[in-house]
Amino acid sequence: MADPIEESAAAQATAVAQEDPNKLTNAKVLARLQELFGADTFTDVEEPYGLLTATTTRERIHEIVQTLAGEEELKMHFLTTMCGVHFPEDEGKELSMVYHLHSLVNNVRLRLKIFFPIADPVVPTLTDIYATANWMEREAYDFYGIIFQGHPNLIRILNVEDMDYHPMRREYPLEDGTREDKTDLFFGR
Amino acid sequence: MAVNDTLDGTHKIVEEARDQHFGLNVPMLNDFSQELTTLNLGPTHPATHGIFQNILQMDGERIVSGVPTIGYIHRAFEKIAERRPFYQITPLTDRMNYCSSPINNMGWHMTVEKLLGVTVPKRAQYMRVIMMELARIADHLVCNGILGVDTGAFTGFLYVFEERENIYEIYEEVCGSRLTTNMGRVGGMERDFSPVAIQKLRTWLKRFPDVMREFEKLFNRNRIFMDRTIDVGGITAEKALNYGFTGPNLRATGVDYDVRAMNPYSSYEDFDFEIPVGTKGDTYDRYLVRNAEIWQSLRIIEQALENLPEGPFHADAPHYYLPPKQAVYKNMEALIYHFKIIMGEIDAPVGEVYHSVEGGNGELGFYLISDGGRTPYRLHFRRPCFIYYQAYPEMVVGQSLSDAILTLSSMNVIAGELDA
Repeated sequence: MADPIEESAAAQATAVAQEDPNKLTNAKVLARLQELFGADTFTDVEEPYGLLTATTTRERIHEIVQTLAGEEELKMHFLTTMCGVHFPEDEGKELSMVYHLHSLVNNVRLRLKIFFPIADPVVPTLTDIYATANWMEREAYDFYGIIFQGHPNLIRILNVEDMDYHPMRREYPLEDGTREDKTDLFFGR
Repeated sequence: MAVNDTLDGTHKIVEEARDQHFGLNVPMLNDFSQELTTLNLGPTHPATHGIFQNILQMDGERIVSGVPTIGYIHRAFEKIAERRPFYQITPLTDRMNYCSSPINNMGWHMTVEKLLGVTVPKRAQYMRVIMMELARIADHLVCNGILGVDTGAFTGFLYVFEERENIYEIYEEVCGSRLTTNMGRVGGMERDFSPVAIQKLRTWLKRFPDVMREFEKLFNRNRIFMDRTIDVGGITAEKALNYGFTGPNLRATGVDYDVRAMNPYSSYEDFDFEIPVGTKGDTYDRYLVRNAEIWQSLRIIEQALENLPEGPFHADAPHYYLPPKQAVYKNMEALIYHFKIIMGEIDAPVGEVYHSVEGGNGELGFYLISDGGRTPYRLHFRRPCFIYYQAYPEMVVGQSLSDAILTLSSMNVIAGELDA
C-alpha cells in the first residue's frame, strides 16, 4: 500500500491539471450577476475563504433571489440558510441579513448581505420563492426583530410568545449585569 | 343543558388561553358541526421522541391540518456562543444533534481551523473521519430502530441499540465521554487512539455487519413494515429542495447531494464510497437510504483504519492547541501558551467563514463572523432538523395519525438540533 499522503497529493495534482475549463468560478458568477442585475447593484464584493460575498440593498434582494431561483446558467436554486446580524456601531445600517445560496449543480455558493437601519427593520420576505425561508425568517424576527414584509405567519418561533424584546440584539447581555460575584475585570472582554 | 354550558365555557377558556399564549389563529374549539377534532400531539408525547408539539386538526383518523410549535428546549446557543471562547463552544455543539455529537464537534473545529488557517495532519483527519462515521452509524441506527418501534417491532431496536452502546464504548475510549462527547480540539484530536480503542474498533467492525444484516432481514422485506411505510409521508424532490431538505431525507427523494462528496472536508476525497439515493422520498425510502448509508460508513471506517497514516494527531499550532498538561508544569513555553489560550489572550483573524459538514440529518453549517476577539462576533448554526421539520405539516396532511408518527420518526427530528 502506497503512502496515502503522497497518493492524495498526486490525486490533487492530476485534479488541478484536468480542471474543467467550463467550471463555474467565482469570477464567472460575479460577471453573470452583474450582467443580470447591473454592475452597481453589488458593493463590497469579497471572497473570504473562497466564498463569493456581495452586499446589495433590501430593495433589490427579493428580485435577485427570485431571478436566481429561475436562472439556468448559475442554477442557484437552493437557499442554504439565512440569519440576522446586529452591528450597533454602524449608524443607519445596524441590522443585517445574510443569505447563503448554493448551486447544487455547479457546486458554487454565494453569500448576499443587506444592511438596514434598526429604526426601520423591514425587509421583503422570501417565503414566496422558498418555502424553507418561512422558519428562518421567523427565527430572524424572533432574535432580531426584523420584520419580513409579506410573511404569512410572522410570529416568534423559539422564544416564548409574550417576550417583549429581541434577545440576540447586542444590547442584551448574556449574564445578569447586577451580579458582583462574577467579575470580568481582569480577563475576558 | 348544564353539561353543554360547562363544555362551552371550558372550550372558550382553552381557546382564549391558547390565543394568548401562542398568538395563533388556528381554531381550537372542537367544531362539532364539521366534526373536526383538535389533537395535541406533544409536547411530551412518547411517539415524538423529543419535546415539540403538533396541534393537529383531525377528521376522524385523518389529519386535516397541523401546526408545529417548537422551542421547548431552546437554550440560546447562538447567544451563549457570543460570550464563549472558541474551544468552549464545542460542548454547545454536542447538545444540538445529541445522537451524533462527534460530527457536530468536528464540524465546529474545522470551521475554526478554516478561520485560523490551521492545517490538520493526515492522521488526525483520518481519526476524525472514523469517529464521524461511527457517529453517523449510531445516529442512523437510532432513527431506524425507533422507526421499527413505532411500527410495533421492538426487537430490532433493542438489538441495534446494543451496537450503539458498543459505539459509545469506543467514544469513551477515545475521548472519555459517551453521549455529549466534546471530542477533539481545534487543531486535531486531544489524544491519539489508544491500543484499546483500536482493538475495540476492530472487534466492533467484525461484529457489526452480522447484526446489521439481521436487522435488515427483520425489516427490509417484512410485509407489515412495508405496508406501514411505503407511500407514507412522501415528498417530491422539487418540494424537498424548496423546503431546504438535505441529508438522507433529501437523498431519499433521489437527489444525490452529500457534502462529503461535493465539498470534501477532512480527507473524504481519499475514500471510496457511494451515495445511496431513493426514488419516492417516502418513509420506506428514508429507511432504506439510512441503512445503505450505514454500509457505506462501514466501508469508509474500514478504509480509514486500514490506511491510518502515522504521524502527529494534532496540528503544530501552539497558539491555538493546548499543550499537554505535563508540559505545562515543566516547560516555560507550554505554560505561556496554556495561559494565553485559557485566558483568551490569543487573537483570531478578522473574517467570516461558512463551513458545512454532512451531519446525521443533513448539511450542518457553521457561519462564523469573527471581529478578532476571543469569542465569535456572531455564530449561526445551520441546523438541518430546524429547516426540514417545517415541511412536516404538508407531508402528513391527509394521512392517518399512526402514519404521521412514522413520518416523524423517519425524518429523524432531534429536538436538540431543532431548538438549538
